[in-house]
Amino acid sequence: MTQSSESKLQLDPEEVTPSPGNNPLAMRPMMGNEAIARGAWEAGCKVAAAYPGTPSTEIMENLAKYPAQDLHAEWSTNEKVALDVAIGGSFAGVRSFTSMKHVGLNVASDALMSQTYIGVNGALVLAVCDDPGIHSSQNEQDTRIYGHLAMTPVLEPTDAQEALEFTRLAFDLSEQFDTPVIVRSTTRLSHTRSLVQTGERLEVPCKGFREEPKKNVMIPGHARLRHGALIERERALKEYLESSDLIRWERGGDELGIITLSTAYTYVKELMPDASILKLGVSYPLPDAKLREFCASVKRVIVVEELEPIIENELKILGLKVEGKSLFPREGEFSTDVVREGLVQAQLLPPRAKIEALEVQPMARPPLLCAGCPHTSSYMALRALNSRVSGDIGCYTLAAVEPLKAIDTTVSMGSSIANASGMALAGTESRPIVATIGDSTFLHAGLPPLINAVYNNANITVLLLDNHITAMTGGQHHPGTGRNLRGEEAHQVDYEALIKSVGVKWIKTIDSYNMGTVFQTLREATEYKGVSVVIVDRPCVLDPVKLKGPAFQVNAEACTGCQTCMNLGCPAISWTDELYEGHHKVTIDEAACIGCSLCAQVSSTNCIEPIEAPQSL
Amino acid sequence: MSNVNQPGSDAAQSSAAEHTDTQASKTPVNVLIVGVGGQGVIMVSKVLATLCQQQGYQVKQSEVHGMAKRGGSVFSHVRFGEHVYSPTIPAGEADVLVALEWAEGLRWLSYLKPDTGILIADTQQIVPPFACRDRKHGAAMGYARETVADIAGQVTNCFAANAGQLADGLGNAKAANTLLLGMLSTALDFQEDTWRKVISQMVPPKTVDINMEAFSQGRDWVERFDPANVPHTEERPRPGQATPHEVHLELPEINRAWCKSCDICVKFCPERCLILDQDQKAVLSRPELCTLCRLCERLCPDFAIALNYKE
Repeated sequence: MTQSSESKLQLDPEEVTPSPGNNPLAMRPMMGNEAIARGAWEAGCKVAAAYPGTPSTEIMENLAKYPAQDLHAEWSTNEKVALDVAIGGSFAGVRSFTSMKHVGLNVASDALMSQTYIGVNGALVLAVCDDPGIHSSQNEQDTRIYGHLAMTPVLEPTDAQEALEFTRLAFDLSEQFDTPVIVRSTTRLSHTRSLVQTGERLEVPCKGFREEPKKNVMIPGHARLRHGALIERERALKEYLESSDLIRWERGGDELGIITLSTAYTYVKELMPDASILKLGVSYPLPDAKLREFCASVKRVIVVEELEPIIENELKILGLKVEGKSLFPREGEFSTDVVREGLVQAQLLPPRAKIEALEVQPMARPPLLCAGCPHTSSYMALRALNSRVSGDIGCYTLAAVEPLKAIDTTVSMGSSIANASGMALAGTESRPIVATIGDSTFLHAGLPPLINAVYNNANITVLLLDNHITAMTGGQHHPGTGRNLRGEEAHQVDYEALIKSVGVKWIKTIDSYNMGTVFQTLREATEYKGVSVVIVDRPCVLDPVKLKGPAFQVNAEACTGCQTCMNLGCPAISWTDELYEGHHKVTIDEAACIGCSLCAQVSSTNCIEPIEAPQSL
Repeated sequence: MSNVNQPGSDAAQSSAAEHTDTQASKTPVNVLIVGVGGQGVIMVSKVLATLCQQQGYQVKQSEVHGMAKRGGSVFSHVRFGEHVYSPTIPAGEADVLVALEWAEGLRWLSYLKPDTGILIADTQQIVPPFACRDRKHGAAMGYARETVADIAGQVTNCFAANAGQLADGLGNAKAANTLLLGMLSTALDFQEDTWRKVISQMVPPKTVDINMEAFSQGRDWVERFDPANVPHTEERPRPGQATPHEVHLELPEINRAWCKSCDICVKFCPERCLILDQDQKAVLSRPELCTLCRLCERLCPDFAIALNYKE
C-alpha cells in the first residue's frame, strides 16, 4: 500500500523540509529539554549549573554542547550548590541559569527563598522538571506550589517550541521584574521531540556587580523592606499578564470554557478542538481580570490541570464557579484517556465504546540491575548478613526487590547515613545497621550526615558504592570521576582521605567483583563499634564506557538447578527447559554477560566457567 | 488472512491502506514502538520521526528515559499528521504497533486499534530473571505463553518474524531493527526510496549495504507472510501446563551433633526457612516454605544437612 498515487499521505518531494544544518533559523526536531537549553543559550546565558536528575538531565547536557566561550556550564555537587552558582552569576551581572528535577528544588529551595527577596542583577532562570506519574522519582510533588511560596513566577510551556520561547522570555521577565523565574516542565514535555523554530543568540553585555547592600544582604532590617517589594512585584506581574501573549484565549462557543495549561492543553485540544479555551502560559501569578472575563463569557467553566488544584483554587478564591478536581484525578500523569474520562463524567463527551479485551497475559518486566552491575555483590552480602539497611537514591534502589531484597528504607538524596545513625542511636535494633550510598549521592548530600555520625558516635557501617559515575541518570561526571561536564580533566576527590579527615577510624576499599572479600569485609566492618566505611570499588558497566569481558557459560552436565546464581538477579541468566530434581537448569546469554564472574563465585557446584580459558598473566 | 501490503497489487487497497489514507488528513497516524531497554526502540522511532518530518508532517515523538538502560520495558510514541496535539497515543488508537520483543508486543496489544491495527513483531524473547523466580518443583517459566499463531487468531493484521535470526542470516544480527523497519514501511504510505534514504543517513556508513538488504527482506517477509509458517517463539513450558514433577525428596534433615553453628545455611537459604535455635543449632523453622532446592545441603561445610530420597 506504499505507492498509491492518490494517497493523501503522499506529499510533493519538493516540499520536503531541508536538513537544518547550521542555519540558525531552520526548523529542527528537539526534545523539550533540548529546547529549554536552546532557549537559555539564545537568551545570552553566561553561567549555567545543575545536578543531574530525571527528567531534567538533558538540559545541562545540551547546554554544554554550545561553545565554552558562550557560556560556563557545569555539573555541581547538588542542586543548592548549582542554584547558588547561578545566583553568583546573576550577582556578577550576567544572565544565569540552573536546571533540576522537582525534588532537586527541595534541596535548592533554601537559596531560592532568600534570592526571591534579593531579586536579580543579571537574569536568573530555573528550569524545574516535574515527574507526574513518578516514572523515575521518589514522589510526585507539584513545583507550582513553590512558585506561590517563593512568590516567583512560574512559566508553563506546552511543547518544545514554547519551551524554547518561554525560556528565552523568562530571562527578559527576570530582569524586567527583578525576580528569579521558574520555567516548569514535566516528564512528558521534557522527553517529547517535535519540530522547533530556533533563533539566534542574543549577546547581553555584563551589567557588572551592583553594590547595593540593602538589596543584596538579607539581614532582618533589609529583608523586611524586601517583603513589601515582593508583594508589589506580584501586583506588577499580574498587570503585565493581563495583556501578555502568555495567556491565550481560543474563542469557541459560549456553553463551555476550559482553562488549562502545560501538556494538559494538548489532551484537551485532542478531545475538544473547538471549545472555548483559556490557555495559561503561566501558573503563578495569574491575571485576575482576564480570568473573570473568561469565566463570565461562558456558562460552565472546567479547569484541566495535572496534579494539584492550583489554578482551580485561585479561581475559587476569586469567587468564580468552576469545576476541576471533582472530574480529574490529583495524582498520576494525565493522558488523552484520563482527560477524556473526566470530560465524559462531566457529560461533555459520550462514553467510549468498550474495547474488547484480548486474551493475553502480560508479563511483568521491572527494571533490573545490569548484568555485571558492581552493586550486586554488596546487596547479596548484606542480605546474607541479615542486616538492617537504609538505602539511598540511585540504581541500587532496585536491590530493594526480589531477588536481592536487601534494602529496608529509601527516603531522599543522602538520607541513608543519617537514617542509619538514627536507627542505631535509638538503641533498639539487634541487627547490624548499614547505610548504602552511591558515589555521586555521597558527594551530593552524604558528607554532612557522615560527619554527624562520627560526631555523635553512631554504631553504623557505611557502604560507599563507588561506581565512578552518576549512573542512574545516564552517566554524568561528578567530582569523584576526575572529569567535568565538558569532559575536561578536573580534580578527583580522594574518598579515603576525605572520610579519614572527618574522623572515621575504620576504612577499607575493596573490589566488588570479589564476593569472598565483600562478605568478609562486611562482617568485619559491622563488628567494629563506631562508624566504619567500606568503599566498594568498580566502575559502572554502562558508563562512561560500556564494559564487556569474556562471557561465562553453564556446564549443563554439572548444573543442579540450585538457583544460587539466580539469587543475583542477573539479566544474563535465565532458565532452560531442562530440569534437575524438578528445578530448571540455567543458561547464560553470551551477548549479555560481561564476565564479572559473580555467578561462578556463588555457584554451589562449580558449574559456571569462562567460555574462553583465562589468559595467564 | 489477507496480506496487508503488496505494492502495486490490489492488496494495496486493503484495510490498513484505506485506514491510513482516510485518517491521516485530519487525525494523526499513531505508531507505537516498544521493546526492552537497550534494543534500539528510540533509534527506530527516530528513523520514523525523521522520515515524517522530511515529508512535511508535524511529528511528536514521546518517550520516557531513566529506566531505559536497566532492562525495563521501553516505549516510544510517534504521532504524525497535519496537526498533532497530544504527544501520546490513547489506548485502542495505535494504527501500528512495532514490537522489538515478543512479550513487550503482547503488553501493548490493547493500544492497537481494534480490527484495523497492524502488529509488527519480532519473535525474539528476552526472558527477565523475574520470569524465573518460581522455585516450586516443576514450575513453568513465567514468560508470556502466547505464540504467534495464538495472536494471529486475535489480531487480524499480525506480522511476526524472528528478525535477529533473519538478519544474522544476512551477516549481521544488528540489522534486525532495519528489517522491522522494512516491515513497517509496508504499513505506511511513504515511498520506498525515502525510507532507504533516511535509513542510509542514520546507520554507520560501513553498514549501509547490509541494512538495505535487511530492509528489503523485511518488505519481502510481509509480502509472503504466512502465520502458520512463522519460526515463532521458542517453545517454553506454559504456566499451569508444565508436567507436575514427582518429588522424590524429603525435607532437609539436620544432624544437630554435626552442626557447628556457622549459620551459612541460615544466611543462604533463598526462602529464609532456616534459623538458629536457642542452642545455636540450625533448624527448619518454616518447612512450608522449603522448595527442596538442596542449597543448604550443598553448602554445609560439616555435611550436617541431608535431603534424603523418599523410600
